[in-house]
Amino acid sequence: MPEQPYEPDRVIAGTGAGGAMDLAAGEAETLEKTPGGPLGTGPQGKPRSLWSDAWRDLRRNPVFIVSALVILFLVFISLWPSAIASGSPLACDLAKSQDGAGPGAPFGYDGQGCNVYTRTVYGARTSVTVGVLATLGVSILGSVLGGLAGFFGGLGDSLLSRLTDIFFAIPVVLGGLVLLSVVTSNTVWPVIGFMVLLGWPQISRIARGSVITARQNDYVQAARALGASNSRMLLRHIAPNAVAPVIVVATIALGTYIALEATLSYLGVGLKPPSVSWGIDISAASPYIRNAPHALLWPSGALAVTVLAFIMLGDAVRDALDPKLR
Amino acid sequence: MSAPAEPVLEVDGLVKHYPLTRGVLFKKQIGAVKAVDGVDFTLGRGETLGIVGESGCGKSTVAKLLCNLERPTAGAIRYKGEDITKLSGRALKAVRRNIQMVFQDPYTSLNPRMTVGDIIGEPYEIHPEAAPKGDRRRRVQELLDVVGLNPEYVNRYPHQFSGGQRQRIGIARGLALRPEVIVADEPVSALDVSVQAQVINLLDRLQSEFELSYVFIAHDLSIVRHISDRVGVMYLGRIVEIGRDAEIYDHPTHPYTQALLSAVPVPDPEAREHRERIILSGDVPSPTDIPSGCRFRTRCWKARERCALEVPQLAVPAEFRLATGPAAHDSACLFAEEKQVVPVDGAGPEAP
Amino acid sequence: MLLDVRDLHVEFRTRDGVARAVNGVSYSVDAGETLAVLGESGSGKSVTAQAVMGILDSPPGRITGGEILFQGQDLLTLKEEERRKVRGARMAMIFQDALSALNPVLSVGDQLGEMFEVHRGMSRKDARARAVELMDRVRIPGAAQRVRDYPHQFSGGMRQRIMIAMALALEPALIIADEPTTALDVTVQAQVMDLLAELQREYRMGLILITHDLGVVADVADRIAVMYAGRIVETAPVHDIYKAPAHPYTRGLLDSIPRLDQKGQELYAIKGLPPNLMHIPAGCAFHPRCPMARDECRTDEPPLHEVSAERGSACHFWRECLDERTR
Repeated sequence: MPEQPYEPDRVIAGTGAGGAMDLAAGEAETLEKTPGGPLGTGPQGKPRSLWSDAWRDLRRNPVFIVSALVILFLVFISLWPSAIASGSPLACDLAKSQDGAGPGAPFGYDGQGCNVYTRTVYGARTSVTVGVLATLGVSILGSVLGGLAGFFGGLGDSLLSRLTDIFFAIPVVLGGLVLLSVVTSNTVWPVIGFMVLLGWPQISRIARGSVITARQNDYVQAARALGASNSRMLLRHIAPNAVAPVIVVATIALGTYIALEATLSYLGVGLKPPSVSWGIDISAASPYIRNAPHALLWPSGALAVTVLAFIMLGDAVRDALDPKLR
Repeated sequence: MSAPAEPVLEVDGLVKHYPLTRGVLFKKQIGAVKAVDGVDFTLGRGETLGIVGESGCGKSTVAKLLCNLERPTAGAIRYKGEDITKLSGRALKAVRRNIQMVFQDPYTSLNPRMTVGDIIGEPYEIHPEAAPKGDRRRRVQELLDVVGLNPEYVNRYPHQFSGGQRQRIGIARGLALRPEVIVADEPVSALDVSVQAQVINLLDRLQSEFELSYVFIAHDLSIVRHISDRVGVMYLGRIVEIGRDAEIYDHPTHPYTQALLSAVPVPDPEAREHRERIILSGDVPSPTDIPSGCRFRTRCWKARERCALEVPQLAVPAEFRLATGPAAHDSACLFAEEKQVVPVDGAGPEAP
Repeated sequence: MLLDVRDLHVEFRTRDGVARAVNGVSYSVDAGETLAVLGESGSGKSVTAQAVMGILDSPPGRITGGEILFQGQDLLTLKEEERRKVRGARMAMIFQDALSALNPVLSVGDQLGEMFEVHRGMSRKDARARAVELMDRVRIPGAAQRVRDYPHQFSGGMRQRIMIAMALALEPALIIADEPTTALDVTVQAQVMDLLAELQREYRMGLILITHDLGVVADVADRIAVMYAGRIVETAPVHDIYKAPAHPYTRGLLDSIPRLDQKGQELYAIKGLPPNLMHIPAGCAFHPRCPMARDECRTDEPPLHEVSAERGSACHFWRECLDERTR
């Protein structure tokens, strides 16, 4: 006997949508017109929406709290690194090469005699900048293209779908090695540009799918029947109902972009010294792994924690935004 | 059957085929789903036309076509003489004010991100000329009152309401622009029995209050009879029989209507003994592959050779043409004969 | 007595509080008998059935009291392992949505055959032969050819037949059908209901038919139990209840359905909404919607009064209710 997937929500929904207690319409004619009504005994608080429900869930979720604290800290030190680290990350003294922890250098010194603590703190800025800007770029480009394709369909949609297939076929690291090796500028922009170029298809696919789902809802049809314009349907009715999956995927992707930046910098095609980046430091420290493991461990640890924090945040957001998991 | 004196809607040869395509980028048509395949009817002012049929018969597609949510493949829908299927832009928007829709599913027909006030007020934002800005909130509250909801609920979200209440919100939205025609697609089938009656009564009351004409689409024959003045029975994209409610329910002449009526479970255990039931064999054929001739012949117990060759037209059948009784109504059957399947008063239990 | 449910209580824990879905339900079914459990969504009719089948999702669902005696044995005291042996072999369930209840990646023959392989230890070949036999039994045309087809290749009515075949496979003593025809069209509904009734007679099974459709009930049931807010409010032989309901809720339901044989005036509508299971009204749960409610209805919960040997009504004023109808 196959067991039917059973949703307790369904059972309870019949009683007035699970908890949102009811106002007892009554026969239209004999309607009680006081708030609450005769049955309105439920704990009727403020109006609830998906976002406020999600926020309520998130606040109770320890995974969210931990990852959010880590991320807040990262944002703080990338804005004001000097608040917790004195000196410049570029002030290196070869005499201290590979030295252990000392005063003002709790993490010791690397092969070039640079302060590992200071460099790790300053490296956060690169990572956060690349991560945030790449995610923003990818999300905007991806949702606009995917959303329009999903809404209008037709030839444009077919073309875009094939185009995303092509982009998915490009190996990211190989693509980075090829494309970024010809770039001479030593700023974060080429790296971000590369990530946006290769990253948008992922978001575009998600956005297209959720726009197609949202588009089929009767409320969109109702708006169309009222004579609403395309832009009204997209912005007012579809976008707010389709944005959740995009946010989830983008949050998780943010972590992977940070890791990708480090990978590219490690391979020598991302940022190059004198820029400060965890990837550069990991790359520089790897030859000395036997003599000075601390120089490798601290930036790699920071990278791992950062990536993990974003992925955990994405997970928590997904759980909170997906009503089916409730 | 003569058309009602003053038709608001005239539907003429309405066809909607959805192409079936194959191919990744360059699509090739390999067939078509013939959802609606030649439908004609008229809707009089203040009248309720019920359309019944089983799933896949095209009744919901008709609703979408009437509300201009889909463009027909062929045919015309005339609103007060003007063909609305060819309209676009401003003219279409103007017509839309007059034909509104009530949806089946009260859970997907309201945007969960908008408050009730925004949902019912949206028609005024789209058609600013319908109500001056300062007046909108008052009008929204009035509408809530009309459909039997507390006007103070404007700031609540749809999920705070039960199914029946949401359906009332959907109805209020449909009424906002004071339309003349409301197309209701299974408006009560998602609701509980005790709430269904409330919503049906509400629709009844609104009809006289706002002088509305309804196209009421449903699969439940009892509800359709309750609310309709005239009833059309659809099968595989076509109306097979249409007439006044008593003509269809008490004097059906099309075998499909007879089978449909006889299959409805009647809430009366006594009836199960002395009720003749026509149990059709098989399933409805696929709308991609409609049988030749009469489309019902594959399931019809009366089918003969002629049924495969000749398409029966929707008209008063020849044998009843001279009669004036209730059997003389449009029925698309070559071998139409009257057959009473619903026990008329007396056979059933007395009315409460 | 084949199945005897006694004072069953089921709760659901949700983040908004505890929903009391079933509050002291008792019913029984004999071999060869059809009991219709009638109720609206949230009445607890399906939850009771899931508790009987042992497929209640727990958590969040939890059985907090009562007994389920099946062939003299209390199912609630059995271990999950023993319970599993009862399920499928001695009692089976038919669901509303056959498409989601069948496994989409296995052919129907494999799914039917699996029952025999697992429970009866048959060889694959024999099991396949039995599957074809069963499909014939539920009148699926061309069973021998269609046994290799997948669920999505069948129409709704045919899929529901396969569900019935599956439930029948091991010749259980009890079948629970949860809205078996709600998703089907009327003409197909009649076919499926007739088939189910015929097979039930033939195998002398007990059948619990869970539905919200008063018409379907009148067509096939012997006895009927009406549920409201997790309680049985009225139970009676099917003829009696349609003639003269002894509970105002049943009466309201009967009066609120439009009739096929006459064009009605305004429909009777039960005012208000079904209660929220987290806040079931005190006293009689139906009192806020009841046209007969008096003071004691707000405070005293009515027990199931004996109306006659076979009838019960959970209304303080069942006599008046009966009188009003027969008058």
